[in-house]
Amino acid sequence: MKLTRRDFFKVSSAATAGLALTGMGLDLSSVKAYAWELRIKDTKETPTICCYCAVGCGILCHTDKKSGKVIYTEGDADHPINGGTLCAKGASVYQLARNDKRATQVLYRAPNSDKWQVKKWDWALAEIAKRVKKTRDAAFVEKNEQGQVVNRCQDIASVGSAALDNEECWIYQAMLRALGIVYIEHQARI
Amino acid sequence: MTNHWIDIGNSDCVLMMGSNPAENHPVSFRWVMKAKDNGGTLIHVDPRYTRTSTKADIYAPLRPGTDIAFLGGMIKYIIENKKYFLDYVTNYTNGSYIVGEKYSFKDGLFSGFNAEKRAYDATTWAYEMDEKGVPKKDLSLQDPRCVFQIMKDHYSRYDLETVSSITGTPKDDLLKVYQAYSATGVPDKAGTIMYAMGWCQHSVGVQNIRTMSIIQAMLGNMGIAGGGVNAMRGESNVQGSTDAGLLFHILPGYNPTPTAALATLADYNKKNTPSAKDPLSANWWQNRPKYMVSMLKAFYGDAAKPENDFGYSWLPKPDEGKPYSWLDLFDAMYKKQIKGFFAWGMNPACSGANSNKTRESLSNLDWMVNVNVFDNETASFWKGPGMKPEKIKTEVFFLPCAMFLEKEGSISNSGRWAQWRYKAQEPVGECKPDGDIVYELFVHIRDLYKKDKKAKFADPILNLKWDYATDKKFDPHLVAKTINGYWTQDTTVGDKTYKKGEQVGAFAMLKDDGSTACGNWIYCQSYNQDGNNMARRDKSDPSGIGLYPKWSWAWPVNRRIIYNRASVDPTGKPWNPKRALVEYVAEVKDGKYMPGGTWKGDVPDGPWPPLKNPDGSAREDGKLAFIMKSDGYASLFGPGLKDGPLPEHYEPIECPVKKHPFGAQLNNPVAVMFKTDKDIINSCDPRFPYIGTTYRVTEHWQTGVLTRYVPWLLEAEPQVFVEMSEQLAALRGISNGEKVIVESPRGSLEAVAMVTKRLKPFTIQGDEVHMVGLPWHFGWLYPKDGGESANLLTPAVGDPNTRIPESKAFMVNVRKKGA
Repeated sequence: MKLTRRDFFKVSSAATAGLALTGMGLDLSSVKAYAWELRIKDTKETPTICCYCAVGCGILCHTDKKSGKVIYTEGDADHPINGGTLCAKGASVYQLARNDKRATQVLYRAPNSDKWQVKKWDWALAEIAKRVKKTRDAAFVEKNEQGQVVNRCQDIASVGSAALDNEECWIYQAMLRALGIVYIEHQARI
Repeated sequence: MTNHWIDIGNSDCVLMMGSNPAENHPVSFRWVMKAKDNGGTLIHVDPRYTRTSTKADIYAPLRPGTDIAFLGGMIKYIIENKKYFLDYVTNYTNGSYIVGEKYSFKDGLFSGFNAEKRAYDATTWAYEMDEKGVPKKDLSLQDPRCVFQIMKDHYSRYDLETVSSITGTPKDDLLKVYQAYSATGVPDKAGTIMYAMGWCQHSVGVQNIRTMSIIQAMLGNMGIAGGGVNAMRGESNVQGSTDAGLLFHILPGYNPTPTAALATLADYNKKNTPSAKDPLSANWWQNRPKYMVSMLKAFYGDAAKPENDFGYSWLPKPDEGKPYSWLDLFDAMYKKQIKGFFAWGMNPACSGANSNKTRESLSNLDWMVNVNVFDNETASFWKGPGMKPEKIKTEVFFLPCAMFLEKEGSISNSGRWAQWRYKAQEPVGECKPDGDIVYELFVHIRDLYKKDKKAKFADPILNLKWDYATDKKFDPHLVAKTINGYWTQDTTVGDKTYKKGEQVGAFAMLKDDGSTACGNWIYCQSYNQDGNNMARRDKSDPSGIGLYPKWSWAWPVNRRIIYNRASVDPTGKPWNPKRALVEYVAEVKDGKYMPGGTWKGDVPDGPWPPLKNPDGSAREDGKLAFIMKSDGYASLFGPGLKDGPLPEHYEPIECPVKKHPFGAQLNNPVAVMFKTDKDIINSCDPRFPYIGTTYRVTEHWQTGVLTRYVPWLLEAEPQVFVEMSEQLAALRGISNGEKVIVESPRGSLEAVAMVTKRLKPFTIQGDEVHMVGLPWHFGWLYPKDGGESANLLTPAVGDPNTRIPESKAFMVNVRKKGA
């Protein structure tokens, strides 16, 4: 549509953009409806629990269905503990979901090197497994000085993690104990 | 927590000590303010005046490390002013027990101290037993050797003058706190304590908490709505990770790790299964054998059989009395005894006390695996300040993991609520959920052991049940169901038959014969035949006191407030009917309860009837309130700890005090200490004249790995600062905002000076003593000018029971940069 100079000034001096555009004879109802639908139409709501302290506040994530990315996070109003409120950390988890400094690649630092190298998962897991076996087998203790059966791998230690889910914690400790590791610790100790 | 977050709102008096909830558990303050809005009193005791203090009705300053002196004075006040809840003390605590004649306390030491071994022989702390093996009692609490009188005598030294002199708390403030809090020692008032690392991170950490537990038991605040002992834990799932036994000394569900001397499961059960001579004691841990066998079945599946002790010998065993905890681990690593290391979702280069010792020890490793969401000071330790990469041989594998909203699973909050959460987006880049990484790594490891027929002791590796994948991908539901437990064979109980593979309903059904598998008995019922109870989102609250029994699921068996048998009198009627938690309801005939009675309200601490009938006659089928204690009573006198049956004030290991106010023993005689060249302690040293302490801010979390990279948060708190009083700043010629150096005998860092009225010097034994404090959220890696970790300053000394480091009280110097 053609905009005369007169119309342009009418637009720019109008109190609100909406007012101005309707003043020009535009039918905005489809524009408004499109803008409103865009926000909620293509997102999926997923409830989760905050990753920071141990209050356990509910957070709702809004994931854009097209891109599959979280585009917004907010307090879960239905959660009895926080009722939709969040502290500064919980309120900012969107910036954990979308963060260009996230570690996204497997890295390896070779002995005496001053830099990281990018590697593949299969390589890394296979190499770690080799080292676990080598270190464990080299110094595995079947019996202690008193002749008691101890079946210990004392040369490998693990710390972590209170950031793991219950199911992850459980299989992690099962793996560590199956390997005979006794130095098993995490945040609860410090 | 014995209670839970929402329950704080039910309290008449909220004591916040060893914590700063408004800033570090901010949303909890919603419930603290609810208590205040309902007329409750808020008390904050803290070395600093913080945002929590601004909402408190009473604020009392306290020198770091003097909580036992402060609370010991409260115990004296409660006893002298008869503020204790007498019926509760005589019915539910061991206040009436007679202590054996061998017990004594003199000059700061309890009986049985062996100076050479630096350990106590606790046999002299034993009770006097009757012929049945039950402790003798004096219910009148008058016998000079009854616990109550021994306690009265012990804390008689904690008078206002002495306490004020050693804590730095003005006498008026002490009295205000004592008066307000002890007012909850009546049946219709509830007092609660919210504590955190301000109590734990001390060489007397456990005794700090014990002192408050004694007060709560004396005032009748345990097991009631608005009461309890509420530990505010620090990470989203540290409760769950502790429950899962990710610590050297416990297996899932708090069963102790078997030690070398316990060769068979029978030996283990004999040593670790308490027996109770008193038939009124439920002694719930008598069921331990069922939980152990069920756990072994969950570990090893069909390979765990009665003939091989259910695989018990496959569990690794520490030597008796030898600890493998955090401080021991890094000491061993420093001494080149550890070759391989997993730092999984942790940043020890910044989080452990004495960071210089930790960082150097990492360079002794052959290899390290670091799993995290962002790069951090541990993964990149080899290029840190002072490090020479060309000389460091440690191989480092950095594995990028998914963040919390990129995976599905459950986490448990401080209130024991296990809440299921869902996946909102796919892991970015090549990130994998931690569960997938653990699952796949072990498959690789196991394959190597399958191929090597001559491998060392491969049985536990080859026999570990590991079928936790659906369509070749790790499936947390399969693990959650294992943690809950299932029947390993068709089993008939009473008139019901359970099919093999069916979920077990609750832990009362677990067996010691191998017919049940259960990864963690306290989570039995979390994901049972009714479905995933942790995923429930029903907001109904028929209790009216905020229990929300159908929102997620709490352990144990969805009991929301534990020890709730103590919330009723011995006839099962609530001490406070206006805030009833549980109540026994049964037909009464001739003053006696008839069979068929039930408990209303929260899940009761066991279904048994109460101790007495309405007419006051004793019932043989009743049970004592504290069902997890082998004797059934809350312990005022607690002989099971390494540093004494009663809390005693000792100075922090590195302290500004030369002479103890009560006696010759300045510090905890059995505290954990190490002896390397990096473990320097300098008390009363003019080079380090100020008390140093560490804490947190709202915008950052732990070592800052998950917050320093978040622009909104970093903008609010961009760098490490050191808070100091105006008086200290004047003394050192330091202005607000200028860069200063903070140094301890172990390390130093640069920080921005924050000069504030909220810190004031303490007057300790007549001398002015200054304190400074720093947040410990920063590290050299990022951002460039963010500053370093405050743990460069802290000492690797610890509590003798938990071995948690004393990060809250040590000595430092502060000086202008360039001075």
